[in-house]
Amino acid sequence: MTDATSSQVPAATPAPARSSLLTQSALMKKRNAAEARFKAYGVAAICVSLSVLAIMLWTIFSDGVSAFKQASLTFPVTLDADALDPKGNRDRAEMMRVTTIGYTKLLNAQLLAHLETRGISTEGVTDKDVAAFISRDTPARLRDMVLESPELLGQTITVSGFATGRIDGYLKGRVTRDTAALDTNISVAQLDLADRMQDEGILTTKFNWGFLTNPDASDQRPEAAGLGVALIGSAYMMALVVVMVLPLGVAASIYLEEFAPRNRWTDLIEVNISNLAAVPSIVYGILGLAIFINFAKFPQSSPLVGALVLTLMTLPTIIIATRAAIRAVPPSIRDAALGVGASKMQTVFHHVLPLAAPGILTGTILGLASALGETAPLLLIGMVAFVANYPAGPLDGGVLDPATALPVQVYSWASRSDPAFIERSAGAIIVLLAFLVTMNIIAIILRRRFERRW
Amino acid sequence: MSVFLLIIVLGVLAIAGFVLGRGRALASVEGNTRRLHSLPGYYAWHGAIMAFLPAMAVLTLWLIAQPLVIERQLSDYFPAEQFENDSQRILLMADVRRVAEGLDVAVAAGALTPQDAETITVADGSVRERLGAVGVALGAEVTPEVLDAAQSYRALASTGALARAIVTLIVALAGLAYALRITNGEFRARNRVEAVIQGVLILASTIAILTTVGIVMSMLSETIRFSSMYPFKDFLFGLTWQPSFQGNSELGLIPLLWGTLYISLVAMIVAVPTGLFTAIYLAEYASPRVRSIVKPLIEVIAGIPTVVFGLFALVTVGPFLRDWFAVPTGLGSSGSSVMTAGLVIGVLNIPFISSLADDIINAVPQSLRDGSYGLGATKSETVRQVILPAALPGIVGAILLAASRAIGETMIVTMGAGAAAKLDMNPFEAMTTITVKIVSQLTGDTEFNSPETLVAFALGMTLFVITLGLNIFALWVVRKYREQYE
Repeated sequence: MTDATSSQVPAATPAPARSSLLTQSALMKKRNAAEARFKAYGVAAICVSLSVLAIMLWTIFSDGVSAFKQASLTFPVTLDADALDPKGNRDRAEMMRVTTIGYTKLLNAQLLAHLETRGISTEGVTDKDVAAFISRDTPARLRDMVLESPELLGQTITVSGFATGRIDGYLKGRVTRDTAALDTNISVAQLDLADRMQDEGILTTKFNWGFLTNPDASDQRPEAAGLGVALIGSAYMMALVVVMVLPLGVAASIYLEEFAPRNRWTDLIEVNISNLAAVPSIVYGILGLAIFINFAKFPQSSPLVGALVLTLMTLPTIIIATRAAIRAVPPSIRDAALGVGASKMQTVFHHVLPLAAPGILTGTILGLASALGETAPLLLIGMVAFVANYPAGPLDGGVLDPATALPVQVYSWASRSDPAFIERSAGAIIVLLAFLVTMNIIAIILRRRFERRW
Repeated sequence: MSVFLLIIVLGVLAIAGFVLGRGRALASVEGNTRRLHSLPGYYAWHGAIMAFLPAMAVLTLWLIAQPLVIERQLSDYFPAEQFENDSQRILLMADVRRVAEGLDVAVAAGALTPQDAETITVADGSVRERLGAVGVALGAEVTPEVLDAAQSYRALASTGALARAIVTLIVALAGLAYALRITNGEFRARNRVEAVIQGVLILASTIAILTTVGIVMSMLSETIRFSSMYPFKDFLFGLTWQPSFQGNSELGLIPLLWGTLYISLVAMIVAVPTGLFTAIYLAEYASPRVRSIVKPLIEVIAGIPTVVFGLFALVTVGPFLRDWFAVPTGLGSSGSSVMTAGLVIGVLNIPFISSLADDIINAVPQSLRDGSYGLGATKSETVRQVILPAALPGIVGAILLAASRAIGETMIVTMGAGAAAKLDMNPFEAMTTITVKIVSQLTGDTEFNSPETLVAFALGMTLFVITLGLNIFALWVVRKYREQYE
């Protein structure tokens, strides 16, 4: 008995709605709208991330570029021998007795005199306000210069020194008349005088090499602060990191990739490496503090300790990159080498390693780039300290002298109160990013040139 | 003989081993290299290794052991009860070492003759001043016991240095002699050298383990010291964080943990949708051209140091949120807030999530997509109902890894979140995190015997445990729920 024999007429199916492929049904419209929305979310997500990136880089650059320029005062100074060398015997020890205060007085008086001879009116400004134009850095430099060459005494030389941070900010547009009215450190009348001095060419803005070479300066002298010590510190650390991390990383990777038997011990090592790669960087700082400084008694703030910490931190990433590069060398190369009688060790060192070298190098450069930008662990080992002296040369134990590092300098300037240091901080970031971009470009070029598809 | 000089001498001996080993091997077969077991270079390396490595090992052990031995010898100079107490002993030994080194410096600078240095007594006047004159700063005036101990330290150290040099050189020469004696045409130099190299490789690979052990040990020992000074229960469950260096600090973890988790939550709310949609768009919608431009640009974010994000939070995001959201709505008046830090960490984590998710989505086989399209599904339906479920374990893993990064992030919160430990729901309030407090308790001059400093190690331990737990959990999720497509 089948349905076919039954006489029952099947219930009439409703006539299909007249539809066309060319006109969308309501459901299809809804689905297509959902599709369009979904796609728009994706575009929006990308736009958000990229625009945040753009805004961030733009604000940093617009804040930081001005750090490379600096307002300076140029005026003739007669080095009064009676004031600077009271005994008159040009003896260095005697001349050392005149402190920077003596030089400050001299500079202040000479600046006032110069303004008078040039006919620049100092109306509404006290002598003290005029003196406030000269950075505290200038007398110190002049003193060093005179102590270096006492024959300058009595002569008239042209001194070119930094103007103070507020005046510098006015020339760069950071300080305006409105903010000056509220600021106890600067008055509107002083800004007017600055305008007049600028017209006369006494106050000029120049490219500031000192930003790259000077050591850090105290809170009152933002205009004199520079990246010199930080650059040296970072350079020492990066050199030491390369020397330590490259052999260690390559040796560990070779072992794990080519020799290690599959057993619990190697499993443990592998799990360990992937976990270490995800440990927060500050934990490495604690490790460095406890082991290298407290236990092994290495000096605080030294590039050596910084490099050790950064080495341990970048080692996992470098091992991961190196293993990938070694794995990319096809087995046929190894088989061929073994086939003509090379030992396992010879195969690896004569054939696999050279072929993996570009990949290893790329990975190492990228690992170094991330180490160069790392800040948190360095704070804990004392590299945030104020360091005003250059560390010694690399052969004179300079790696044990206190130093700072580029990213740490960014942080320590950012945490000072004077807004002039924010500009310096952003300027330091520009320098840091310039290094990172260079390293990444080198890595990309290496990869493009030597990458081989087997 | 200084250590540096000793190492140079060892280097010279190694070079000698290199040359002599090779020469001896060649001589033993009358220059016919085909009769050698290994290539001549291996005999050379064997000579160098035997001269250098054992001596270097002895030297290293000696350098580690000598201070410990000397310290034990010096215990006679001090009352036993002072030496029992760990922290006192460390301080005493530091004093002794400083005085001894100071005397050496003074002799080197010519301020004292060697005889003076040996006979100097406390009665002669201020040892501190005389050492200060050559640039050795001592904390307090030297006690007779310390001075005696320092003299004995100098004597022991100089004897030790002499013995060290002699023993090291004997070992080096013995190694060299052994290598030369054993070298002949039959000797399997290559196997020996390769075994040594393999040993070095194994040693390098254990550095990872040593690092973990070092992290755990350093934090664990200090945490135990901390718990002996401050009740650990109060640390774990305390609701107030109020360190004061006069004592009576309240060091409760909960406010810090709350700040950390709150900020991470905000960060994840920003990063997860943005990162996922970025990954989906790049993997499923974007043309290869767009992908090849946008993907590297997104990854640029990951390459920027976090301190840059920190400055961005401090200078731009914080004031912006304060002036446009917090102040108009009356929620707060501070530039550094949970929102500031959370948003910026969120942006930092976008590329992390998007690149991990991108890889995972690309790993879903094309046949699943084709099947879904064949049934008439649109692209977005395919993504939502086929691809995401298939990729879910991987995506959950990626999100957990990103969360662990957000929790461990330091610079952005140090510069953007504030320093006040609060238990509050208002996202525009300044709050603080575990990492911020680790930094603030450990920077600057710190004494390592107060609970206020040691708490940083306990905080570090907490952070380590949390992030490690998240990582392991993430790996477990990925392994357990991964679909195997073959």
